[in-house]
Amino acid sequence: MARAVTTRKKAAYTALAWAVGLLIFFPILWTFLTSFKPEATAIADPPVFLFFDWTTENYGDVQERSNYARYLVNSIIIAGGSTLLGVLIAIPAAWSMAFVPGSRTKDILLWMLSTKMLPAVGVVYPIYLISRDLGLLDSRIALVFILMLINLPIIVWMLYTYFKEIPVDILEAARMDGASLKNEILYVLTPMAVPGIASTVLLNIILAWNEAFWTLNLTTVNAAPLTAFIASYSSPEGLFFAKLSAASTMAIAPILIMGWFSQKQLVRGLTFGAVK
Amino acid sequence: MATQHSKAAARLMISPAVVLLLGWMLVPLTMTLYFSFRRYTPLRPGNEGWVGFDNYQRFITSSSFLDSVGTTLLMVGGILFITVVFGVLLGLLLDQPIWGQGIVRILVIAPFFVMPTVSALVWKNMFLDPVNGLLSHLWEFFGATPVDWLTQAPLFSIILIVSWQWLPFATLILLTAVQSLDSEQLEAAEMDGAPPIKRFWFIILPHLARAITVVILIQTIFLLSIFAEIFVTTSGAFGTRTLTYLVYQRVLESQNVGLGSAGGIYAVILANIVAIFLMRIVGKNLDA
Amino acid sequence: MGRITLEKVRKAFGDVEVIPPLDLTIEDGEFVVFVGPSGCGKSTLLRIIAGLEDVSSGHIEIDGTDATTLPPAKRSLAMVFQSYALYPHMTVRKNIAFPLRMAGFSKAEQDKKVEAAASVLNLTAYLDRRPGQLSGGQRQRVAIGRSIVREPAAFLFDEPLSNLDAALRVGMRLEISELHKRLATTMVYVTHDQVEAMTMADKIVVLQAGRIEQVGSPLELYKAPRNKFVAGFIGSPRMNFLEGAEASKHGAHTIGVRPEHIEVSAEAGTWKGKVGVAEHLGSDTFFHVHLDGESDPMTVRAGGEVGMSYGDTIYLTPQAERIQRFGQDGLRMT
Repeated sequence: MARAVTTRKKAAYTALAWAVGLLIFFPILWTFLTSFKPEATAIADPPVFLFFDWTTENYGDVQERSNYARYLVNSIIIAGGSTLLGVLIAIPAAWSMAFVPGSRTKDILLWMLSTKMLPAVGVVYPIYLISRDLGLLDSRIALVFILMLINLPIIVWMLYTYFKEIPVDILEAARMDGASLKNEILYVLTPMAVPGIASTVLLNIILAWNEAFWTLNLTTVNAAPLTAFIASYSSPEGLFFAKLSAASTMAIAPILIMGWFSQKQLVRGLTFGAVK
Repeated sequence: MATQHSKAAARLMISPAVVLLLGWMLVPLTMTLYFSFRRYTPLRPGNEGWVGFDNYQRFITSSSFLDSVGTTLLMVGGILFITVVFGVLLGLLLDQPIWGQGIVRILVIAPFFVMPTVSALVWKNMFLDPVNGLLSHLWEFFGATPVDWLTQAPLFSIILIVSWQWLPFATLILLTAVQSLDSEQLEAAEMDGAPPIKRFWFIILPHLARAITVVILIQTIFLLSIFAEIFVTTSGAFGTRTLTYLVYQRVLESQNVGLGSAGGIYAVILANIVAIFLMRIVGKNLDA
Repeated sequence: MGRITLEKVRKAFGDVEVIPPLDLTIEDGEFVVFVGPSGCGKSTLLRIIAGLEDVSSGHIEIDGTDATTLPPAKRSLAMVFQSYALYPHMTVRKNIAFPLRMAGFSKAEQDKKVEAAASVLNLTAYLDRRPGQLSGGQRQRVAIGRSIVREPAAFLFDEPLSNLDAALRVGMRLEISELHKRLATTMVYVTHDQVEAMTMADKIVVLQAGRIEQVGSPLELYKAPRNKFVAGFIGSPRMNFLEGAEASKHGAHTIGVRPEHIEVSAEAGTWKGKVGVAEHLGSDTFFHVHLDGESDPMTVRAGGEVGMSYGDTIYLTPQAERIQRFGQDGLRMT
């Protein structure tokens, strides 16, 4: 039973929570606002918040000067491709572990997770060499594969926890109804797990989108996604606040929106079920 | 409970994932291990050869190694401290009845979805810049001298940036844990006459212990490999060179692959020590 | 046709043998019920027939062909699960059509067969709903519909009625019996409820701890149980057992008398006791009688209205020819 709370108490908590929330959100809000300012206003002293001549020219400039669209396409291909590939490989694996558990299932799951903890710097040079020898340096294919591999443990794990919630009876019923394994997974398991698969996909797109070690180190021009695009603003363009803000807003907006949709699944996905 | 058919199918279906991850783990790691025992400087070729444990020795005895370990500890420790303490407080606050709780949650969670290069650059230029940064304006407003954050307090600046990114994660997990606390327990404690501080200390905090451990372990894994934030802000200068960044510099910037590989192996070992603890907790939960 | 033969079928999970080697033949068109207390291995046995579990050794023949290692999809059996196991993301129509779709029937044939099954099962009005919108009984019918469309060699039912409430259970029991009469296809039915077993079966298989205690028609089991376990398990309320002096009088270690085979009198009889709890069902009254010198109460059936109440003295007389005698080993003596 929740207890009745006095309105005054609630108002106080509300004020405090909103103040903290806005403070934490402020850098993003400020970036968003600045992206619509003329360059001079962006560095005005004292700073201007809302009352300035709103302009969208920064967005045009950013696209024109550094071809934002190409980086965006790379980000979409790399994040989306690695996630889809990962899900395709993870669904059968998660099926195995959730529905035909053996004595070693738990060890395999934990081992998969442990590969996630391999520090990237420990393997970056070999991966660089392998990519170079395969002619895949600065290619989207290499990044799709690498990001798929670093996120595969999380994808398998999340799907596993979702599949565990599906009664095995229903899969057995499909088997009795004459479904082959392929059809059982395609027509029964996958449609039933759609919500789980969707949130897995969402979270992993976010992680891949924001990945900033491999994408910075293995790309130069052709395959560079938005992480690298922003890093190129490091200097001296970074001093043009309005353009930096416009570029930043464009880089984070799509993922921020996806992130807000997936926030409920975040805990589950990132703690591997250790916190419920 | 299964038949031979399904067991065979299960083995077949799990094998792509297992083979890929095994390859991903073993192939590069073996190569790194191999390089770590050799002199290997691609930019100055011609003097490759076995050097035994020389690289390990040299890496660990160089002054930059000790500095980098110190920096890593300070950075990771500082971020953990900030995110856990504020995460608990925020978790408790967001658990209270408030108007617009959903929106506040969305505001708080947002930084987690900002890509590291964006948050590093936005903070570096728009907030921490000694001339035009917002914090400088704020300092001036109160009559103080603006600080050149990234040169005068570079470590603190990076801790601030990364904490901002990870606070949402800690908050979200701790909020989930707070919400799973049985409210009857708290009411019982209240009936027993425990004041709020004691209720927090003896009931809420022990209940959160597990979630806090998980937050610490998972964040540690990710924080040990902080890269983009340093790369974009200080490039490892001014005492912000962590172990990860040092290895990166050795391998990719100065292309001393042998030496860097030895450092990489140290980083792997360090991460594995943390990982073992995390695996224990996760594994226990798997049985339940 | 659906003749199922189990030959020396044995099942062990690790070191634990849940079904010792067992032989059983289920004739074509028979309604066979596996009954036994929970944990007796009846569901495991059914799942072995279905192919959802392997045998550890032994052979299974379905329709004269060796099915021991066939996957479930290839055995041409249909199964109705305790949880119904309907596909929640499909409409009733799609659920029922699923086996046909898997078997590669054309869309038109699927529709025809689904419509036919739906009209038999009174589901026509619900074809476009999802399982979540149906009542328990309707779901059960959908599960049955899904199993009949494919015209399998045999139907397997795994405690299909245990999730239904009592009234619905009786109705569904009749429907399934009726379905069996109409289709004349082999049905293997697992239940822990001996009333279901008695009312539905052509042949009952009583199981305990993985062993077959007895196979026979309901009346055979009722009249001539092979041992004390079957005697006690079949029949409701349970058979009363007496040991010691009373049993010795009949030259047995234990004697058993069913509650319905005891005459009740207020004046005179073989055994004297006091009335304990009386359960009035209207048509019948069951008395729990505490016999002098016996620790366990005895259950007796009296007519609808008997003027006796708690604490009254009562005399009981068993029908001599209906007394069952059991030896030390638990087997019935003949």
